Amino acid sequence: MRTRDLGELAVRNLREAVLRNSLTTLGVAVGVASLVAMLSLGVGLQTLASQRLTRSGLFDAVFVTSQRNFRGPRQPPPDAAPKRDSRPLDDDARQQFSKLSNVTEVYPQIRFITDVRYAGKSESTSVLGLPDSSRSSGAFEGMTGVYFSSPTAEEAILQMEFAKLLTDQPPSLVGKNLTLRYAERVALSKYADDEALLDAMMGSGKPGGISPGSISIVPHEKTLRIVGITESDPSAGIGGFGGARVYLPLKTAEQLHVAQPDDVQAFLSGNPAKPSYMAMTVRVRSPKDVPQVEAAIKQLGFATFSLLDATKSLRLVFTVFDLFLGLFGSLALTVASLGIINTLVMAILERRREIGILKALGATDRDVRSLFFAEAGAMGLFGGFFGVALGWLIGSALTWGTTIYLHRQNLPGVKISYVPWWLALSAIAFAIIVSLIAGLYPASRAARLNPVEALRYE
Amino acid sequence: MPAPMLIQAESVSREYRLGETVIRAVDAVSLRIKQGEFLALLGSSGSGKSTLLSMMAGLDRPTSGAIRVRERNLAELEADELARYRRDTVGMVFQSFNLLPRMTLEENVELPLRLAEVDRTDRQSRVGEALERVGLSARRRHRPSELSGGEQQRGALARALVNRPAILFADEPTGNLDSANGEQILLLLHEIQQSLGMTIIMVTHERPLAERFANRIALLSDGRLVSDGAQR
Repeated sequence: MRTRDLGELAVRNLREAVLRNSLTTLGVAVGVASLVAMLSLGVGLQTLASQRLTRSGLFDAVFVTSQRNFRGPRQPPPDAAPKRDSRPLDDDARQQFSKLSNVTEVYPQIRFITDVRYAGKSESTSVLGLPDSSRSSGAFEGMTGVYFSSPTAEEAILQMEFAKLLTDQPPSLVGKNLTLRYAERVALSKYADDEALLDAMMGSGKPGGISPGSISIVPHEKTLRIVGITESDPSAGIGGFGGARVYLPLKTAEQLHVAQPDDVQAFLSGNPAKPSYMAMTVRVRSPKDVPQVEAAIKQLGFATFSLLDATKSLRLVFTVFDLFLGLFGSLALTVASLGIINTLVMAILERRREIGILKALGATDRDVRSLFFAEAGAMGLFGGFFGVALGWLIGSALTWGTTIYLHRQNLPGVKISYVPWWLALSAIAFAIIVSLIAGLYPASRAARLNPVEALRYE
Repeated sequence: MPAPMLIQAESVSREYRLGETVIRAVDAVSLRIKQGEFLALLGSSGSGKSTLLSMMAGLDRPTSGAIRVRERNLAELEADELARYRRDTVGMVFQSFNLLPRMTLEENVELPLRLAEVDRTDRQSRVGEALERVGLSARRRHRPSELSGGEQQRGALARALVNRPAILFADEPTGNLDSANGEQILLLLHEIQQSLGMTIIMVTHERPLAERFANRIALLSDGRLVSDGAQR
């Protein structure tokens, strides 16, 4: 029999016992719905965790330090590239990192100790420059105030605990000015002709001579407008190590030319003219690009550190989590498949005579088997469609309920359930396959019926 | 020119086991049927006539012996080959009509064409032709439950004819009908045999009808062929 005829006959047969077949199909739908709801929860939570972690900047970043001053928390592996002469982590290195494939952003870690002055109070704390990309990191969600108006804005965001040191009403700080007092790095060549300055710096005793490219560190002040106060500590992801309490736009921080710990070492090693950095953050397109970029940077002679191993563990946890959710969801579908077997076995008993007539008219065993298979498959197909829709509704209800709960806790809503297209298609395919397997026994039993006995059946 | 031989039953037996007991429903029956004959298998209930008909129609297999249709031994055919024989060579009419109750009359008649994978465009004309031959064109959209017994049997006859079979097997076609409708069915069978030259093998226990319409009667008793003679 042709496939179209088979389909027409199968649908016609299903329509005849509409109540029983609808209930069986509903059983499949509930089974698929439980499977889809469980897995959509797993996928949703995994997606949420991945997005949050990716936005945190911890897993798509390689933290780079110069080998000469700091190797980072992880020692280079034994098979790492042969150690070359240690190179400074300066703007040349920054350019090189930018040109590596899959690198999206490179920025130095500008972090320094400063004296913050506000309304007559003076507090010493750590300042960190934030790249503009940290705007979307998620670390500033729910912040009082706003993010920096531009990458070069003379603005600051305070960490809540630090803001409390300045005033009892931290939100009132937004819009106010504060002053940073910091150590500025000054290249002396810039003032080579300024005798007065040299005198001031050298005192009354004339030195034997100021070598070209020497630097000096002078105190400096900068007034910034407070635009926001954040509860969280975004510096962990952005700079690799937490602890900063005042945040500035990175470009603004760079323009301050704050003396870095590396400057002293550069000065001692005789090459102080070029500013170098303590550490740099290299962002990559996706966490899977981290190993390749990390290896390339090591080849260039720098020490690196990343949290890739942590993401691997995380993926393993979610894979096991999904597996268990899938198993629980499949249980419901297994029960539904028993319903299909029951329905089709009942149909064979009821339609025994019909099978005999079909065989007498020339239907082969294969035709009869295919007809029962088609009916089982159709129940699986319809059940799969309704099940996916029902599963999506359950997932949406879970997300809706969770969002209401989170809003009551003054937290932003999250999407905890997610039905990707592959899950929807796989669930429908799975429902059809399970239904066909369930139809295997009834279909072969129907095909084996002796036509004479079947025709005798009343 | 004599009509060619169509069916040859050679010492055909069919046994059934009921526990330790062996029941021989058909016992060493040999029968030769020519193309275009209208053969009536006559006998009382349990004489084995329906069993013999089932074997010749390819619904059942003999325990021993051979049934040759156009020189092919049905006993040696695979299940699928036997199904194709039933589909392409044979048409069947039953005592209880056996129309599928959930289908309309035209859908019932179309069923053998679906099984034979006939193109949809041809199907409608062939269904119309078969229904017209049995005088049921006006009832094509009715379900079997909306038809009288006689109409149902005529519908079953249309279904048996739609694939243009070489042999028509009728198992007690008048058994569930009153005499008027029974006669109408047999007139139809006779007309079909005459006009299409179709071979018809009919099982019946009504001797007067057999004598009136068949041109040959084979009498069975206790599974054995007790007489086989031409009527006309």
